[in-house]
Amino acid sequence: MQQLKPVDVVIAGGGFVGLTLAKEITARTSLSVVVLERGQPRKMSDYATGMDELDYTMRFRMMQNLAEETATHRHSARASAVPIRQYGSFHPGTGVGGAGEHWAGISYRFYPEAFRLATFLREKFGQGLSGDLNVQDWGVTYEALEPYYWRAEQLIGVGGKAGNLQGKKIDGGNVFEGPRSHEYPNPPHKVTYVCSVFEKAARDLGYHPYPVPTATLSRAYTNPDGILRSGCAYCGYCVRYGCMIGAKAQPTNILMPVLAKHKNFSLRTGCSVRRVVHRDGKAEGVTYLDADGVETMQPASIVIVASWTLNNSRLLLLSKVGEPYDPATGKGTLGRNLTHQVSQSTRVFLDKPLNAFMGAGGLGIGISDFDGKEGLDASPGVLRGGNIRLMSTGEGPIASFGMIPPGETQSDWGSDFKKAALRWHDRVASISTEAEHMAYRQNFLDLDPTYTDNHGDPLIRMTLDWTEHERAQGAMLTKVHAQLAKAMNGRASPSNSRQLERYTVTQYQSTHVNGGVIMGSSPDRSVVNPWLQHWQVPNLWVAGGSAFPQNGSGNPTLTILALTLRAADGIIDRYVKRPGGLA
Amino acid sequence: MKRREFLTMPVGSLGGVLLYTLAGEAVRLPAQTQAGEIRVPLRFFTAAEARVVQAACERIFPHDANGPGATEAGVVIYIDRQLAGPYGSDKYRFTQGPFVDSVPEHGYQGKQSPGEIYREGIKQLANFTELPAEQQDQRLRAMETSMFFRMLRQHTIEGMFSDPMHGGNANLIGWQLVGYPGPLMSYRDEIDKVHGEAWVRKPVSLAQVVGRPVSGWEDEKEPK
Repeated sequence: MQQLKPVDVVIAGGGFVGLTLAKEITARTSLSVVVLERGQPRKMSDYATGMDELDYTMRFRMMQNLAEETATHRHSARASAVPIRQYGSFHPGTGVGGAGEHWAGISYRFYPEAFRLATFLREKFGQGLSGDLNVQDWGVTYEALEPYYWRAEQLIGVGGKAGNLQGKKIDGGNVFEGPRSHEYPNPPHKVTYVCSVFEKAARDLGYHPYPVPTATLSRAYTNPDGILRSGCAYCGYCVRYGCMIGAKAQPTNILMPVLAKHKNFSLRTGCSVRRVVHRDGKAEGVTYLDADGVETMQPASIVIVASWTLNNSRLLLLSKVGEPYDPATGKGTLGRNLTHQVSQSTRVFLDKPLNAFMGAGGLGIGISDFDGKEGLDASPGVLRGGNIRLMSTGEGPIASFGMIPPGETQSDWGSDFKKAALRWHDRVASISTEAEHMAYRQNFLDLDPTYTDNHGDPLIRMTLDWTEHERAQGAMLTKVHAQLAKAMNGRASPSNSRQLERYTVTQYQSTHVNGGVIMGSSPDRSVVNPWLQHWQVPNLWVAGGSAFPQNGSGNPTLTILALTLRAADGIIDRYVKRPGGLA
Repeated sequence: MKRREFLTMPVGSLGGVLLYTLAGEAVRLPAQTQAGEIRVPLRFFTAAEARVVQAACERIFPHDANGPGATEAGVVIYIDRQLAGPYGSDKYRFTQGPFVDSVPEHGYQGKQSPGEIYREGIKQLANFTELPAEQQDQRLRAMETSMFFRMLRQHTIEGMFSDPMHGGNANLIGWQLVGYPGPLMSYRDEIDKVHGEAWVRKPVSLAQVVGRPVSGWEDEKEPK
């Protein structure tokens, strides 16, 4: 084993979380920081030749190579798991920037009560809650996180319209959101034809449409680090692509240029971290395989695990840090509260061409009249809702070909199919929903007993299925989809109505997989404290969506960034000055 | 060493320019009008296999009154290159055993790669090129739920509408057919102005947009 000289901080994972922490630490201290990234370097100029639907949308060129490593899945602890052999219900990234390069840019805040969800639900429903619910408070309040949300929004340059400015409700924004201290750093996106049709339909029905908040810049913008990026050109090569002009906030365009200026920062690519080395409640560093395959030990005073959600749990399980969760007894914390998000969509067939190839990952109009705690009264048994939105993300000609109203043709090939597909081409929009996913006793992560990665280490195993509650959420929200589609003068067709019957690995839902290394106010029920510091190993930090005790309804990246910036303050302002537990 | 195989077709059969008659029929003007043949070197298929796949793709996306089909787009050339590349030999799929059957929600759990699935599937289409169209359709209908046919159907759409760097969509004939302008860098001036009308331009390929040759994943030596 190759032994390296100790550094102050080693970070496993060069995505949004790892590089944000590296930026904060190297800019504000003299500590030496090493980031280990298993993938390859990336730069903006790589992306111009990447405007190719086949390689990027159909073949997932930016994603983790599943031939080397994947996850396994089973629906319950009674079943045996099989590998997710091809993409896929979610899309983990690889390479510098991670999934933060190919994301959509959608940047919601979670609702204030979502951070104290267990308390909120107990107050509202008393003892009538299912015993299988593992919902918990986060240990941090919305009010404490709000300054960090604001910092994150400035960092990535979110455009939108506030619906609640310091408690004052503002028409045209999301009036159901928590109070903001500031208006968004940038104005909303331009609105496409189909979004304007949706907006009018929503308003006519008495709902409260708002522009979806997004980090695909609505204009040229300089962030507080002095990084200037140009406004979005709406080319449509956005979700599953890197942005060729840097309008979409990505770690490579907002974090790497800042990091490059700091001599105390170094990035090593092609390096797969395999273990956190620890003894007697202290992390000593990490071992990894370097780009030449040499097993290497990097000692460090502070170890930060910042890989993608599932990989955070896996690295801790492989390293035997903390007690694995046992769903039978409820004991142990590592791997508990695996959540995804409740995704539903409805196709709307319209009579005019939409030019749907124009767009941006975050360009859309949403309503939140059935989100969070709103609008649930007519749907007994539904604990939490979800957003409803119509996005103009940019459709490619392959993926969008062949969407035909049900019953129009018998076959999905041949002359009749071709005729119908051409007739309806570019006349299809999608109303979609992402609803909060509750945590349950039976949904969790552990190591797979059978399947391994290309190094021989066990894969992470997901035990996950939907319950009656998610089906009730889906039914409530798709009813509103149909109502909106009708108000748009469109023909509605649920496109994934069976998806909530059983968790389906083959259908993309979102990359919003969360939990496993959850945060909380008690070491009995969480792995990390509200500063994302490990309860038992105070010089170990585990950051990312893995910290969510359960999932909110919006896209998680902004909340992940806010928690990361708060963790950075904890490390820099408190821990470095006086090492020890912060909570 | 394996003898190099070629797919031979008339010069005028590939690509072309799409025009619409007053009656709304799509008519293709060939790019080349002279007689003669072109020989496309094959990377994966034998010539006989390529002819079967070409004929099957043509039934999936036929040339008809609604415009050109899979043959004119060069779909078989696209599929040949995909199968010869990392996708065809499963360089990006998790292919470690044990291979066990599971519930449909877990998707394809088999061991066979796309290349192997094609080789086996084509064998079931013996004499296919000699049959009239109706009988070809019957043969395909009988296998339409098979993995081979589902791939063939999906790859036909991909070959029609992917960038020509991948071997199909000759002369951007597929993009002409659906009114896709190609990977243009900006719609800043159009996006909020074109309301309910098709914004149509003569399509351009990625190589034309970036002004230099581009290649697909299938042409890279080492998968990364």
